[in-house]
Amino acid sequence: MYWTLFLTFFKIGAFTIGGGYAMLPLIQREVVGRGWMNDDDFMDLFALTQSLPGAFAINISLFIGYKLKKTLGAIVCMLGSVLPSFLIILLIALFFTHATDNIWIEKAFKALRPATVALIAVPCLTTALKLKLRKSILIIPVVAALLIWQLGVSPIYVILISAFGGIIYDFWIKRR
Amino acid sequence: MIFWKLFYVFFKIGLFGFGGGYAMLALIQQDVVDEHQWVSSQEFTDIVAISQMTPGPIAINSATYVGFTAVHNAGYSQQMSVLGSVTATIAVCLPSLLLVLLISLSYAKFRSNRYIAAAFLGLRPATVGLIAAAALLLMNSENFIDYKSFIIFAAAFILTWKFNVHPILMILIAAALGLFIY
Repeated sequence: MYWTLFLTFFKIGAFTIGGGYAMLPLIQREVVGRGWMNDDDFMDLFALTQSLPGAFAINISLFIGYKLKKTLGAIVCMLGSVLPSFLIILLIALFFTHATDNIWIEKAFKALRPATVALIAVPCLTTALKLKLRKSILIIPVVAALLIWQLGVSPIYVILISAFGGIIYDFWIKRR
Repeated sequence: MIFWKLFYVFFKIGLFGFGGGYAMLALIQQDVVDEHQWVSSQEFTDIVAISQMTPGPIAINSATYVGFTAVHNAGYSQQMSVLGSVTATIAVCLPSLLLVLLISLSYAKFRSNRYIAAAFLGLRPATVGLIAAAALLLMNSENFIDYKSFIIFAAAFILTWKFNVHPILMILIAAALGLFIY
């Protein structure tokens, strides 16, 4: 059973490109398809995982592993998800430390870098649109970005302040 | 000692990394590029590009990569650098493991906790700001070297946003373009 869990998550980790959320449908198909969990339980777990810090794919692997085989199951599933990325990146890092002065790689990366920044800017915009932020709420992301970008405030403070702000708003301001 | 620092930094990133991989970039960048200067802003951008082309979560990919590079740049051997990537990867996963074990003790209670729901009223919009900060911090002279950079940025932005070009395809197009124009 542990071996099956490991292999299942290893396979998912090795074949999904595009970050944690791209792994979701595959995890769902494997876990529900094998009868480890029903769809409702899975969606519950998904909702819960979104409110946790850390890599999404790792968190959901941990929960599924724990539900099936307690602590050891959680660790086995986590290792399965992590190892493919770890091994692939390690190989690239080993190769890349010797290849940085290759002229062709440098040429490719010169054009790649601004494109990569665009690939970060797009999810920023799509997340903002998806959340349908009201005009009065828009001040939060604007201030958060300015604090980090211009004033060098640690993102950790921004995270803590916005979390406490949400609690204060919900419990004291909204109730009046 | 560098291994202890790596562990501490990536544990912190795993613990405070709310809002998914892109929101975590600002967090990783602040510690890894600005404070400890383990990698340059340029190297960090390369790591993000590589993370998007390879499988797995961006947090894990960057932990593995930065762990290796930080130890390597500090003048240690290749074996020690591998150990650095192991250290950073374990550190970034450890908070998740501990939190999941903790929550599993009282799963139902956590799920219906009003404080957590309320905190997300503030966290969710802040996430947008975190992603914006990650992008803005990378818009510097290391990554934008000439006018061509700005054209590539604008084209990549429009192609992925408006025309739904897949990020991996976008990366491959940009890389191929670089061979011709630089």
